[in-house]
Amino acid sequence: MSDVLLEAKNITMQFGGLKAVDSLAFQVKKGQLAGLIGPNGAGKTTVFNMLTGVYQPTSGAVFLEDKSLQGLKPYEISHRGVTRTFQNIRLFKGLSVLDNVLIAGHQHMHYGLFAALLQTPHFLKSEKDLRDKAMELLKIFHLDEKAHEPSSSLPYGEQRKLEIVRALATDPKIILLDEPAAGMNHSETHHLMETIAKIREQFKLTVLLIEHDMKLVMGICENIIVLDHGIKIEEGDPQKIQGSQKVIEAYLGVEEGL
Amino acid sequence: MQDFIQHIINGVSLGSIYALIALGYTMVYGILKMINFAHSDVYMVGAFAAYYFARFLGIENNPGITTLITLLVVSMVCCSLLGLAIERLAYRPLRKAPKLNILITAIGVSLFLEYSGQVVFGADPKVFPEVMKDFVLFKIGDIELKSFDITVLIVSVIAMLALEFLIFKTKIGRAMRAVSSNASVASLLGVNPDRIIAFTFIVGSSLAGVGSVLVGMKYPKIDPLMGMMIGLKAFVAAVLGGIGNVGGAVLGALIMGLSEEMVVAYLSSTYRDAFAFGILIVILIFRPAGLLGKYSVEKV
Amino acid sequence: MKFLKAPLLSLIALSALGLIFNFGLNAYFQLILLFAAVNCLMSMSLNLVNGYTGQFSLGHAGFMALGAYFSAYANTHWDLLPESVQAIEYFIYALGGGLLAAFAGLLVGLPSLRLKGDYLAIVTLGFGEIIRVALLNMDFLGGPRGYSGIPGFGSFLFSFIFASVWLVICFFTIWRVMHSTYGRSFLSVREDEIAAEAMGINTTRMKVRAFVLSSFFAGVAGSLFAHFTNFINPSSFTFLQSVNAVIMVVLGGMGSMTGSIVAAIFITALPEALRPLQDLTGVDLRMVIYSLSLILVMILRPQGLFGDLELSDMWRKYVRRSS
Repeated sequence: MSDVLLEAKNITMQFGGLKAVDSLAFQVKKGQLAGLIGPNGAGKTTVFNMLTGVYQPTSGAVFLEDKSLQGLKPYEISHRGVTRTFQNIRLFKGLSVLDNVLIAGHQHMHYGLFAALLQTPHFLKSEKDLRDKAMELLKIFHLDEKAHEPSSSLPYGEQRKLEIVRALATDPKIILLDEPAAGMNHSETHHLMETIAKIREQFKLTVLLIEHDMKLVMGICENIIVLDHGIKIEEGDPQKIQGSQKVIEAYLGVEEGL
Repeated sequence: MQDFIQHIINGVSLGSIYALIALGYTMVYGILKMINFAHSDVYMVGAFAAYYFARFLGIENNPGITTLITLLVVSMVCCSLLGLAIERLAYRPLRKAPKLNILITAIGVSLFLEYSGQVVFGADPKVFPEVMKDFVLFKIGDIELKSFDITVLIVSVIAMLALEFLIFKTKIGRAMRAVSSNASVASLLGVNPDRIIAFTFIVGSSLAGVGSVLVGMKYPKIDPLMGMMIGLKAFVAAVLGGIGNVGGAVLGALIMGLSEEMVVAYLSSTYRDAFAFGILIVILIFRPAGLLGKYSVEKV
Repeated sequence: MKFLKAPLLSLIALSALGLIFNFGLNAYFQLILLFAAVNCLMSMSLNLVNGYTGQFSLGHAGFMALGAYFSAYANTHWDLLPESVQAIEYFIYALGGGLLAAFAGLLVGLPSLRLKGDYLAIVTLGFGEIIRVALLNMDFLGGPRGYSGIPGFGSFLFSFIFASVWLVICFFTIWRVMHSTYGRSFLSVREDEIAAEAMGINTTRMKVRAFVLSSFFAGVAGSLFAHFTNFINPSSFTFLQSVNAVIMVVLGGMGSMTGSIVAAIFITALPEALRPLQDLTGVDLRMVIYSLSLILVMILRPQGLFGDLELSDMWRKYVRRSS
């Protein structure tokens, strides 16, 4: 049994003539906190979409614990233990904070339709357990007091947190966070990063996150993959990335001919 | 064999009428991503406009080219005004609303036109003015080419070529294509999407106006519910060709016209309407994007 | 047996109401009341698809027709049970009509619900028309002449109680489904399909389930309709009947059972209220007013009368405010 949880084997995504991601290969080890960084338009979200089955890679494949995820639908990949948040927040806006979290627990509910109609003890217990677990998760992120408010009424930062709670409620092996700190101020970001580190310990999670802010990623990530124009230009621990000429060039831009 | 060729001629003639109406569906869908259910009723109003105007001028029994052109113009103008009014009053306030609401509004507008039509025009069919005499232009063997079919073909080809020119060769056509592919980017580049959308409704509706006169000429009974079935078939044609795709609408309409003619000729006329939906369901199962359409990937 | 408590209490309350109506109303209003019950079934079930799941069906009348014709045929050709327990036989046929409609819903839903966008609306519309055309061509079901001589209950009270049984079943089924993980999954499909998939919801399967359940109750509604009118023909189940159901759901507020019920009763009573206007003007303005109000509701109050609130939510809010 290897210690690799998620592996991308030369995945390529082509939209028409444009190669958004070009034969990208990387591994995320069990329990690792990995970062995927790169300038705007580097193809980071496209990578997430391939990992979660929203897009099928044009070539190459994604493996979870050495099993291929090729051809699986997003919900099937979620059942295997890969979950995510979205860059442009996709909460169930019309529903309450609690309902958002409960929905994510659907895959672990094993009662049938008739159990719900007849209100069997099994049904009632499953529902109660689900609720308790959801409230516990909300509590970690200090959202439990707002459980019955519409999710759209939350301030921006809390909506991002709720997306993380919702993702956690699927009971994942690995969680993919797409710019979890976007739009947060410095102290909020700092706090969020601490929470992420904490939940990783508590739930024995593996985390892969996309962030723009390199400084921030350096703080918590153990392994960083740098993407530019759909190609991996560097990978390694924070020290290595910080010292890499290629990364600096990608971010600052190189003047041709110099 | 002669029969078969005759059926092909009839089918193409029917198909080109479907095409004129299908274009309206496909253009509006391309730009607003909505099914304009009211389109078929705009077409119905066009037929009535021509009917009343002909009576007003006293040319309902005066067939000829001038009558044809007069009625075409009247119907086109009335349809564009109605299309414009519908867009302005019913659809524009809902530009940002959920798709379901827009769809329901479109159905509401459609029903409103149909039932107001029954109140205003009366529910019983009216006889459309005689636009042109139907005679055999020339004969090849036993195959007859009638003036109606030729007129339908000529008029629709002219209308479609004009549309082609408008969309691909003019400035406003370029703006239409821009809004259709991405309205917010287009507006950043100085295109006013509302104006372009209104213009699209004008163009689509006036094509329906052309269609209404041609149908009135071929099947001279008009009533307030006349748009329902033909509208559905034109819509199926648009889906068949790939909704949002102008060339696809014409292709789909020709296929619909031909297959309907063949079904009636060689199978049975009771299945004529069920057949259209049969085609639709088969298409949706095997090629949901239509023949010429591309299935777009939603951005996440 | 605790799960039966609320439904039984509701049934008893409805039956008591029926007893009052039995003596308090004339036959004409009693028939309207029965139609209101049928419409309640239609709107509650359609709300499941249009309101909760966010899909758009335009062929509800087609499913209703299947249930109606099944019951009509079964009641005139088969004899399962002795006369004394006739009502149970009616119940079984209504169940059968519902199952037939549900099966048709599965056949229609599977191909069309995979697709995004408005295709379901068109496919269901087409399906409704195909059913109607097929019925017109089926001689053993009466064809265009219709199907007459369908046995009924004979008395208003029994009809009303029979309707109440189904209303209670329909209401509590949908209510309980909506308060289970299945219902929450339906809602997630409405809210954001991509996020729902990412959270492990098989959105296509959820849509099909909602659609099949909805078709089932439309079939039951059709069966009741057949019993109450004793006569059906294909033109009872036109596109307009489907639109009528949509109007009820939209007007009541998509995603509110309270709204569906209130709107169904309102829409059933409206033609009677508009009768004086029709006498006055001499033309049938009903559909003009319907369609215009549909447009106005969409523009001015797109969430409908109740939005997605239920009576119970409002009560809770009221209690919270006053405490």
